[in-house]
Amino acid sequence: MLSLRDLRYRWPGAAEDSLVIHELDIAAGRTLFLHGPSGCGKSTLLGLLAGVLLAREGRVALLGQDWAALPGGRRDARRADHVGVVFQQFNLLPYLTVLDNVLLPCGFSARRAQRCAGSPRAAAQALLQRMGLPEPLWRRRADALSVGQQQRVAAARALIGGPELVLADEPTSALDGPLRAAFMALLLQACAAAGSTLVFVSHDERLAALFDDRLSLPDLNRAACGTAAA
Amino acid sequence: MRTLLRIALRSALNRRGTLALVVLSIALATALLLGLERLRGDIRSSFTSAVSGTDLVVGPRTGPVQLMLYAVFHIGSAANTVSMDSVRALAAHRAVDWVVPIALGDGHRGRPVVGTTPAYFAHFAYGDRQPLVLAQGRAFAGSLDGLYETVVGAEVAASQGYRLGRKMVFHHGLQVLPDGMPDQHGDQPFTVVGILAPTGTPVDRTVFVSLQGLSAIHLDWAGGAPLPASAGLKIPAELARKFDLEPRQVTAALVGLKNRAAVFNVQRFVADYPAEPLMAVLPAVALDALWTVVGLGERALLAVSGLVALVSLASLVAVVLAGLNERRRELAVLRAVGAGPRQVLLLLAVEGGLVTLTGALLGAGGAAAAVLLAGPWVQRQLGITLQVGAPTAAQWALFAAVLAAGMLASLVPGWRAYRLSLADGLSPRT
Repeated sequence: MLSLRDLRYRWPGAAEDSLVIHELDIAAGRTLFLHGPSGCGKSTLLGLLAGVLLAREGRVALLGQDWAALPGGRRDARRADHVGVVFQQFNLLPYLTVLDNVLLPCGFSARRAQRCAGSPRAAAQALLQRMGLPEPLWRRRADALSVGQQQRVAAARALIGGPELVLADEPTSALDGPLRAAFMALLLQACAAAGSTLVFVSHDERLAALFDDRLSLPDLNRAACGTAAA
Repeated sequence: MRTLLRIALRSALNRRGTLALVVLSIALATALLLGLERLRGDIRSSFTSAVSGTDLVVGPRTGPVQLMLYAVFHIGSAANTVSMDSVRALAAHRAVDWVVPIALGDGHRGRPVVGTTPAYFAHFAYGDRQPLVLAQGRAFAGSLDGLYETVVGAEVAASQGYRLGRKMVFHHGLQVLPDGMPDQHGDQPFTVVGILAPTGTPVDRTVFVSLQGLSAIHLDWAGGAPLPASAGLKIPAELARKFDLEPRQVTAALVGLKNRAAVFNVQRFVADYPAEPLMAVLPAVALDALWTVVGLGERALLAVSGLVALVSLASLVAVVLAGLNERRRELAVLRAVGAGPRQVLLLLAVEGGLVTLTGALLGAGGAAAAVLLAGPWVQRQLGITLQVGAPTAAQWALFAAVLAAGMLASLVPGWRAYRLSLADGLSPRT
């Protein structure tokens, strides 16, 4: 599913590599908890997995296809087809409605739109229902929702059209106790239902127990932690 | 692509406050450019259509532009005069078909009063050889009966509300008199007997009287000033007819030839006329010369409005660039859902294009509305007929230039967004 070999990454202009990973494989359908303090290259790694950043050396392959071997436009199309992303916060385009935000990936990827059960709109509505967002909210502007609701909308968007890979970058850090637990439950359920692989990055170790696998990024990353910008 | 367009539209609507200001400034610049271009074309055609069918304009020796200014546009005044003997000699030339003398120097509420013969109405033409048409009444009689008769241009009649039979008095010189100051020729009122149809030329702003009429109101004048009343020489209107009113001098004459081929012959005849220094100019040539003088200012205006357009496009770039930092999150989200850097560039370019297009369309509409609304006023005040109609080729070109420049300018923030989204990856490093 995901395979990294002899990876080296350096931010443009930086003097040293910020991420050096010898080997990492993630099997399809697994949920992986990647743990690490800030500045350890978590966001950088996610950027590499999503094919937004390219490794200086080594190979990052999604579904057997090395990102670096594709030209820019194909990389973007492939990301739209196979990857869903949930950020820490500010996930949504504030000027679109909740429903339109969820439908965004289907606008960029015909494959995601086709993979929706029924129409993309029906799939989006089903996902929003599953995420516990009632119908009256769907027509609202995204920025009219609370932070917790917005994160659930973001999860619905990442999952629409059942992408093979869902990347989550500290999606719960803006949520407090009960909200966090509810969000985690919904996200994991939805990923399982869609059969998506989940790579979840967080510094909150309490969440680790919910995942199939856990990895510590400082252990994985051979580059010195704390120097990177991420 | 449809998704992208929709996002661009919604995103722009979300920032409508600032973008509306940019749209407004682009609209103003476009309206200015298009309006000026329209005005330029119409001034030019107003100029060139001011006189036609006249082969030569004859006057005292001066600059051809100056001669045209007072003989055709009735602006300014002549420094010298032409004697009626010279006019009669010219009329006797075998190539000459007709001669219409004109005399200037008096005014009516700021409008020039032109002394001439009834032949003026028969021979003077404008535009594409269109003759003057009397909308109401008749031309003044050339005889003593018509001494105090006047024919007024369309603008004079409309602005003063004059109808046939109305009495009017003249002042000396063209300057409008201060309030309360009596017209110097107030003792000899004239009666409106004819009103001309609008022509869009200086004729509209002109009051016509017979040369004899002009003589009559200047009977008790000498050297450009009224004789003092103490001299006992006040001549009442009813007595004026008893004097010799045949004019001795005029300011210029319009000449029509039997055969245009003789035009240079007659021109030389006038230039070599022994009794006094005279000149004859070809109206078309002189109008062209006049246009090069006026055209300078008009080109400067166009340059200025070009600069205004440049400034408003710069403000477009500045506004979009300034907003870009706050939109890095938005760009990261778009990247995450599969938009490429090139699509991000396109998004910004489409936004700039939409803003420019809206502004340019608004501006074009504004310019058309302004022409429609201000047209009658401009016609009244300046005697320029503004054409309401399909845009000219030059206007299309300017419109396209604004659009192209706007698209080009929006590539600047587009390029910046492209760089940002490449460097940021999924998480904006702000």
